Amino acid sequence: MKDEDLKTTEEHARSTGYKEHHEPWIRMVKRDDVSKKRAIAVRAAAIAGALIVGGILIFLMGHNPILVYGDMINGSLGSPLVLRETTRLAIPLLITGMGIGLAFKMRFWNIGAEGQIIAGATAASYFALFHHQNMPSPVLLVVMFIAAVVAGGIWGMIPAVFKAKWNTNETLFTLMLNYIALEGIRYLQFGPWRDPGMMGFPVISMFNQAARLPRVFGVHIGWIIALVLVALVYIYMKKSKQGYEITVVGESIQTARYAGINVKMVILRTMFISGAIAGITGFVTVAGANSTISEGVTGGVGFTAITVAWLAKLNPAAMIAISVFLAILQKGSGTIQTIYGIPEAAAQLLTGLILFFMLGCEFFLNYKLIFRGNKKGAAL
Amino acid sequence: MLGGFDFVNFIFMAVIAATPLLFATLGEILTQKSGSLNLGVEGMMSMGAAAAIAASYFYESAAGAGLSGFVSASLAVLIGFLAGALGGLIYSVLTVTFRANQNVTGLALTIFGIGAANLVGELLGIRAGGRTTVDDATKTMFSGINISTLSDIPVIGRIFFSYNFMVYLAIITAVILIILFNKTRTGLNLRSVGESPATADAVGINVTKYKYIAASVGGGICGLGGVYISMATIGGFAGTWDNNIIAGRGWIAVALVIFAAWRPARAMIGALLFGGLSALWLYLGPWLQNHLPNASIPQQVYNVLPFAATILVPIITSIRQSKDHSQPKSCGTNYFREER
Repeated sequence: MKDEDLKTTEEHARSTGYKEHHEPWIRMVKRDDVSKKRAIAVRAAAIAGALIVGGILIFLMGHNPILVYGDMINGSLGSPLVLRETTRLAIPLLITGMGIGLAFKMRFWNIGAEGQIIAGATAASYFALFHHQNMPSPVLLVVMFIAAVVAGGIWGMIPAVFKAKWNTNETLFTLMLNYIALEGIRYLQFGPWRDPGMMGFPVISMFNQAARLPRVFGVHIGWIIALVLVALVYIYMKKSKQGYEITVVGESIQTARYAGINVKMVILRTMFISGAIAGITGFVTVAGANSTISEGVTGGVGFTAITVAWLAKLNPAAMIAISVFLAILQKGSGTIQTIYGIPEAAAQLLTGLILFFMLGCEFFLNYKLIFRGNKKGAAL
Repeated sequence: MLGGFDFVNFIFMAVIAATPLLFATLGEILTQKSGSLNLGVEGMMSMGAAAAIAASYFYESAAGAGLSGFVSASLAVLIGFLAGALGGLIYSVLTVTFRANQNVTGLALTIFGIGAANLVGELLGIRAGGRTTVDDATKTMFSGINISTLSDIPVIGRIFFSYNFMVYLAIITAVILIILFNKTRTGLNLRSVGESPATADAVGINVTKYKYIAASVGGGICGLGGVYISMATIGGFAGTWDNNIIAGRGWIAVALVIFAAWRPARAMIGALLFGGLSALWLYLGPWLQNHLPNASIPQQVYNVLPFAATILVPIITSIRQSKDHSQPKSCGTNYFREER
């Protein structure tokens, strides 16, 4: 409310009602602009802060934090073998992060990537399991890819239909679809898709060789798919009309309507793409990493990727760095479990801490604090 | 028509399944009344669940042979509450003081809470050399009460007087919130903070204080839901830790807040309905088996029911566009005095 009259009334109220009050000990003023240097410095300080708090927790568990962090890095980057493993962990995070990023840009809180990954993985697996004998490997892989894109996209679009038509809360909707997708794949695993040759173990059989992604530099080509997607999503977001429409709808639906943007269309289209990208994660996971599908196919990637998207400020290029960083945490936490017996959940906790610090540090980018008696306003 | 359907035990199991949902829904209603949309219910419940087991475990180790189940259970409830409240406090610091986005902060709290709880649970397991489990004396405290004459009345005894103490604690919490919201000055102030923080601020209500306290106490109540799940869930697993123990119930509670239209009394009905849905397979399955032997419903269909019903809640509310008893108006947005 920038109304002048209102301001005078307010000042009047202050000059009469608050007469006895001193200037507050501390007050905050919105910053006009933030230099890039400062933005990077504050965020780096936030990550450092989170690692320090994590270090204190490690210390309380009776270990030397510096040694533990050192072993985490060593265990995730120290040799070509573990480096490949870390890359393998980063691929699904990066791809899913981009899908979530598109939705978040539109302020559509898509926390249903888990379900969208399962939908994509299931559709791809259907062709891998039951139609591998009908076509040559490259065709089969392309068919699996398309199936994953369509299934993930549709699974992502269901809540968007309701959002567009009735403004239905998407947070709960997308999340509940995760559980439904999970029960779906469980049904297949324990029922019709169960491998009868596995002596009663409820597992789905391994894919035929034709349904497995080739490797480049020792890692399945999911990493190339991920990097191509980064370029495509970057161009889509920054250079295309559709990307611009997403930004406008995210900023203000009112403005978007004024500008003649078909808001419903944008919501539907964006959520299809968002879900489709998560579906691609499902495809590379079953065809590249696991060569089969199970109820644990996502490995929690759909949730961790929310962190990727948010920490990268929804910028696809920055997501490369963040997803590698989180993959280091994840792989490293496996290493320290073996060496120190620190449970792997430590990585999850650390991720949460980093998120908290990153959320908190935004404040110091947007506001400056002015202490009492300092009229010039020494910024903090 | 319903011959063979064990109705009394079905109600009993529905109440058992409803209680953690009721705690979490009440906690989130209190939080949202102050204008804070905290999506971290799942995280706060996890923290409460792990903290309760940890509290009992450490007390039992310290007390040795002379341990008292009552002290152990009280500590579990208290520490579980405080752990949930800590989650609510972190949320308040980030959204009220540092003005972070409420949605993302809630999601971060979910990730943090589940991670912290899994870590504590696994560390306890390592300490105990296998699975942590609490003493039978503690377990007894969390199993059903037996008020000799009352509990022995057929049907009524089972349906009303045979639960563990936390079931009654949840109902008492609901009653306290009903009185707080509708009969007290504090409740009125709280509601005004949630509806219009600027107005509340103008009449001299300390908006920041109300938001902090509501989110923290609300988080604590969510934590009690977690305590219930880890300590009192029926079956052989009470008092032991399982990773991701809350299994989505925190999110169902977020939907139940909408279903309950932010009213504690309706939260009780909603929780019972959803509890009934998740207990249905135990009773409908055998009943179907007897009456329609050819129709087999896979377990997964029953599992999906509460989640599918949860989707229906926001859909129906949004289609009806019901304006009365709707969400507190400032929910989801932070209040900046400087930017009025």
